[in-house]
Amino acid sequence: MNIPEDLQYTREHEWLGKDGRIGITDYAQEALGDVVYVELPEVGRVLKPGDIFGVVESVKSASDLYSPTGGTVIRVNPALADHPELVNQDPYGSGWIMELAEPAGGDLMDAAAYRRQVGA
Amino acid sequence: MPLEYVGILREHEAVRTRVGMFDVSHMAEFQVGGPGAPAFLDAAVTNWPSRLAVGQALYSPMCRPDGGTVDDLLVYRLAAERFWLVVNAANHASDWQWLAALAEDWAGVERVDVSADTALIAVQGPDSLAVLEPLAEIPLAAILSYHFVADARIAGVPALIARTGYTGEDGFELYVAAEDAESVWQTLFERGVLPIGLGARDTLRLEARLPLYGHELSAAISPLEAGLAPFVKWDKGDFVGRDALARQQAQGLRRRIAGLVVTGGIARAGYPVLAGEGGEPIGLVTSGSHSPTLKEAIALALLPTDLASPGTALAVRIRDRAVPATVVRTPFYKRGKKGAATV
Repeated sequence: MNIPEDLQYTREHEWLGKDGRIGITDYAQEALGDVVYVELPEVGRVLKPGDIFGVVESVKSASDLYSPTGGTVIRVNPALADHPELVNQDPYGSGWIMELAEPAGGDLMDAAAYRRQVGA
Repeated sequence: MPLEYVGILREHEAVRTRVGMFDVSHMAEFQVGGPGAPAFLDAAVTNWPSRLAVGQALYSPMCRPDGGTVDDLLVYRLAAERFWLVVNAANHASDWQWLAALAEDWAGVERVDVSADTALIAVQGPDSLAVLEPLAEIPLAAILSYHFVADARIAGVPALIARTGYTGEDGFELYVAAEDAESVWQTLFERGVLPIGLGARDTLRLEARLPLYGHELSAAISPLEAGLAPFVKWDKGDFVGRDALARQQAQGLRRRIAGLVVTGGIARAGYPVLAGEGGEPIGLVTSGSHSPTLKEAIALALLPTDLASPGTALAVRIRDRAVPATVVRTPFYKRGKKGAATV
């Protein structure tokens, strides 16, 4: 399982990059199965750590997305509208979900701690 | 039966374009026999079992006196006075009791629950004939849709081979002894038949608009409301639910199951349908998913008849948003004619 060293993680299986980018982990996309729809937040929305900011839908289920940190949504991944499967194919790259300006706060863990959580 | 083996989308596509197999041994099988059996079954279900030829099968709802649906099932005629009913696993016990109560008024009807001894492997998809033909000792192409051979063999073991299914594709259902199921499954797997889980079973049947009991059919939804009028036979005499269904028919249906294409989210069972994006709740989604074939969100919903015509613009409430939904003709997917027996 892919758990990049340079990202931070939450118990709910989201990742946060140094640039404020956010997505779901390889573990999460594997557990969800084929992603067929991603409900994205509005640009400009102000999020607190732990706020629900969107929903990832697989064929069989809908899962809430929790913001790993606080900040203002400045960008969402426009490719997901037509290609939600990017979340499965490249969860840390082209399958990113949103970007926050000035991310701050949140209960985050490093790659080693997340690896222990998922037993990888 | 797991939700998925290699992923719902891949499994779905395999059945639409090649072949897949389903372990649906959880389905329940009742043998109903005796001189009273044909007339008893005509009274118990809405379709017309006594008109079947030996070796022929039919689909039928089974109704309550108030017209609500007890279950939907397949009836196979094994002999002049011997039938098999194949019913939903969730209704196994309640159907058995329902039929026992009905049979009290009938002489010459014997019922045996053969579920525990019977396994069912459904092989579905355009390549199912080609895959199964070398494993059968009879020409399978000669088995027409909704027909079967009871004393056949498959992969060296005794089997009832029926040309039935629940996917909208050509295919066969193989009823074998429970102890033979594993070897048949293994043989099919070695020949490249992909195992299919419950997830794709649901998307396949939904695209083909095949009802699922508890969703499009229930104690509160009649077969007429579910769009199953062709399976209600008025010319055969009395049957349970006849008067209530005839009244529904005469008065005109107030509501019916219709297809929706949804934009901006996946509508799932239980979500409210609204009369437009700012409109009032008018109905409920009964089944909904992403359609792997059409690559859009589709749903079936119970709607007032006057808002159930194709082209009607409605909305579905998905969490806190109302997203557009348009009534469309069903089935959402219909297979091409090539190589397929007609239903």
